[in-house]
Amino acid sequence: MKKFMKKAFCLSLVGVMAVGALTACGTKNSGSTGEGNTNGSADSGKFLIGGLGPLTGEAASYGISVKQGAEIAVEEINKAGGVKVGDETLQLELKFADDEASGEVAMSAYNSLMDSGIQALLGTVTSGAGLAIADKTNEDGILQITPSGSAADLTQYSNAFRLCFTDPLQGETMAEYAVKTLGYKKIAVIYNNADEYSTGVKEAFTAKVKELGGEVVAEEAFVTNAVDFTTQLTTIKGTDAEIIFVPAYYQDAAYITTQAAELGITLPFIGSDGWDGVLANIVDPAALEGAVFLSPFLATDENPAVQSFVTTYNEKYKATPDQFAADGYDTVYVIKAALEKAGSTKSEDLIKAMTEIEVKGLTGDVTFTEDGEPNKGAKFVEIKNGEYIAKTN
Amino acid sequence: MKKDIASVKNPTQNIVTKGNIIKVVAIIAVYLLITFLVNENILNRQMKSLLVPIGINIILAVSLNLTTGFLGELSLGHAGFMAIGAYSGAIFTLKSNMPSAVAFILGMLIGGVVAAIFGVLIGVPVLRLKGDYLAIVTLAFGEIIRSIVNSLSITGGAMGLSKIPRYTNYTWVYGIVIITLIIISNLVNSRHGRAISSIRDNYIAAESIGIKVSRYKIMAFVIAAFFAGVAGVLYGHNLSILKPADFDYNKSIEILVIVVLGGMGSIRGSVIAAIILTLLPEMLRAADDFRMLLYAVVLIALMLFNSSGLRSRLEESGKLPKLPVLKSRVK
Amino acid sequence: MASIIEQLINGLRSGSIYALIALGYTMVYGIAKMINFAHGDIIMVGAYTLYVAIYGLKMPAIAAVFFTIVVCSVLGVLIEKVAYKPLRKAPALAVLITAIGMSFFLQSVALLIFNANPITFKSIITVPAISIGGITISGITLVTLSVTLICMVALTFFINKTKAGSAMRAVSEDKAAAELMGINVNKTISMTFAIGSALAAVAGIMFVCQFQSIKPTLGALPGIKAFVAAVLGGIGSVPGAMLGGMLLGVIESISKAYISTELADAIVFGVLVLVLLVKPSGLLGKNRVEKV
Repeated sequence: MKKFMKKAFCLSLVGVMAVGALTACGTKNSGSTGEGNTNGSADSGKFLIGGLGPLTGEAASYGISVKQGAEIAVEEINKAGGVKVGDETLQLELKFADDEASGEVAMSAYNSLMDSGIQALLGTVTSGAGLAIADKTNEDGILQITPSGSAADLTQYSNAFRLCFTDPLQGETMAEYAVKTLGYKKIAVIYNNADEYSTGVKEAFTAKVKELGGEVVAEEAFVTNAVDFTTQLTTIKGTDAEIIFVPAYYQDAAYITTQAAELGITLPFIGSDGWDGVLANIVDPAALEGAVFLSPFLATDENPAVQSFVTTYNEKYKATPDQFAADGYDTVYVIKAALEKAGSTKSEDLIKAMTEIEVKGLTGDVTFTEDGEPNKGAKFVEIKNGEYIAKTN
Repeated sequence: MKKDIASVKNPTQNIVTKGNIIKVVAIIAVYLLITFLVNENILNRQMKSLLVPIGINIILAVSLNLTTGFLGELSLGHAGFMAIGAYSGAIFTLKSNMPSAVAFILGMLIGGVVAAIFGVLIGVPVLRLKGDYLAIVTLAFGEIIRSIVNSLSITGGAMGLSKIPRYTNYTWVYGIVIITLIIISNLVNSRHGRAISSIRDNYIAAESIGIKVSRYKIMAFVIAAFFAGVAGVLYGHNLSILKPADFDYNKSIEILVIVVLGGMGSIRGSVIAAIILTLLPEMLRAADDFRMLLYAVVLIALMLFNSSGLRSRLEESGKLPKLPVLKSRVK
Repeated sequence: MASIIEQLINGLRSGSIYALIALGYTMVYGIAKMINFAHGDIIMVGAYTLYVAIYGLKMPAIAAVFFTIVVCSVLGVLIEKVAYKPLRKAPALAVLITAIGMSFFLQSVALLIFNANPITFKSIITVPAISIGGITISGITLVTLSVTLICMVALTFFINKTKAGSAMRAVSEDKAAAELMGINVNKTISMTFAIGSALAAVAGIMFVCQFQSIKPTLGALPGIKAFVAAVLGGIGSVPGAMLGGMLLGVIESISKAYISTELADAIVFGVLVLVLLVKPSGLLGKNRVEKV
């Protein structure tokens, strides 16, 4: 009997501790919420944008770029006097939370942002995290713009918009480029089958190639963190492929092109927008000579807006901005345009205004459709003599 | 809460005792307290959304403790069982057109049972291998599950399974956590539980006194797999999206860290550690790069501390509560 | 036909790296009777050390290679002294968890110093590729294969023909008896870790020269694969590690090429589980009788 009492005591102790721990954090956080409110939404002169993307972990570089790009835009806008909404002028404020590119973390990070009273959401940077919170942001009715999440389902709800190309659109664009523009009929593909971005682009690509009368002669898969691609490349070498399409991130692209050169494969390469940054990750750029990929942004672009952005970014962060930074920057300007058009900070007005705005961004001039998709032209980048060159065709 | 074999109660006792009544009252009181905190908005949104992951981690840690702490076999594939449960449960609720509560309960049972079936499969090597070999086979098993899930079409491949109904809420999780705790703590305090612990302490001696070592090893693996599967179902219906990458080797390690931190063979410890380790990263968001470092240092330091004379001296002098540990500490 | 031969060569190329790493695993397991989970991460440390030596300290390639090997050996001995030695009498489970902790520790320290972005590294090996009958074998493949063979032969010679080697074998058979024979067990185990880590350093050097890119997690996957290779070949056996590594590389390459790229990892691990079920001590391993 005594033992039972002891047990019950332990159990209730655990319970009390659990609740204690929870309330302790609860109060602690609600304290910081109060703080956030005084600086943010509660203050009528400000508009608080929440940012969501990976700042740590494998995908950290994307999140950090978006955050830094967005910070520059916010600073610029505030310096120029802020955003005129109706008869008020608001200062923008950005509160960026780390989602580690994981759905589980994104959910909790999004809730903490909502606790601090964000009025619009810039995010998520990666698709997987975004899909996990999509129905929640819709329930909250908040304007959500993803700068770089390319999975088709991210914009399934009416509150969600996207700045970049979707995976399927990228795949189709590259298929048209390979078959129609370049005139190749036999194409090999190497893709990451453990990654939804790579798989999404590949599926649309192969479907479109078939539709255009081409043939995908080899579909070789690899998994995340793979370093050895010789087996896949050897298989491709044994086919009559005329060109190799690699919808993947720059690190994989660097391995693949280097190893292809080692194996004596001289076929041309084309890639998706994940290739941006490939030059910094390859020892011998000769392996990349002539490769073409999609990219909405090129730091060497002579457009003065781009050059001024590159200079500011360089001064502030000692780095050259990539497309993610430009996406983050443009998204803030899209939110600004929506605020001005709507003349209100209410989410439903902002969402309505989204389809009526046109923004001249670093990543191109963009308007938005009812479905939340961007209307903008595709830009191709070619690698020539170890440098990125904007392709005009 | 002493775990020594002699003092464990006789399970055939009357269940309506003062102790049990207090326990029931405590369980209800804690639940009411959580409900109160949630409804009165004393907890903010983030904390509310963390209630479910805390519960899921408790279930995972307590079930892993059964194999690692009580049976003494290191399993590095717990996330694999969780994945099997998560996917089979989610596929069931997505395909069935039943009312939500029925679908969810059936989904949890299906998730648990399918994971348990795989527990039997992994149980076969368990009978032949042990220690380091078994650890590596369970790790291999987890990776095999992940690559198969990734290449099937019914699981959505790399794209994952999305639009899973969000059935999980803190009430469900609280209920399942309580059921898990009751079942597992009763099990480890029962005759079967003592048999399982005796295999850990000395399997040759255990075998020689007629304990069916193979039967109990498989039993521990199957029960642990069942609860990991149920936790997976809760996980999937909380996030509404499942991706194979969520169930990698690091996830298994994360659960292992909870078990080790809480004390191997201590259910209470697992519960407390699960709560702390779920909340801690959320509070230390900025220091995330240091989290892994912290995990590593804690793992090493705890292992060294447990095997040093310091711990037993502290325990004997009464400065540290005596927690059950692997028997071989005291040589 | 040519393509099958090429795929086999691809398999040998990754297999020889697995074999190099597996040699280290096998050494440590054979003598210290523990899985050094952090072994794969010593490869990563070796890769970063080589990078720092060449680009930071501006060492010539040969000196940088020796520097890397020395740094890794010292690190290996240090890890053993700090984390594993106090646990020598503890249950296997505690040692294994400590080793996992050590692996995480090395990775997160590297992450804090070098951050997650990969660093490119220009290969220090410039051997031209050779071509036989339309089949190209890259220079680095030839070098890796020969280095692995040399290491295996040297290791076998060392264990069987030198005094220190016999001490190792004695410790491996029976620690207490070895001690009674006047062998310094602690010193022998330290030496084992030094040699094992030196092998990991060599593997790290070959790895970065082959893939020309360094990141904090680079050792994790090859480490696990090499461990599988060591178990497959029979852990504790030097030729077994070599056989296991090569076999693993070839199985991986052939299943990627002819069965399914997606399931290659599952097949590799599946083969391991099967072999262990049929022959729990691995292909060339000795059956050990459990003593009471």
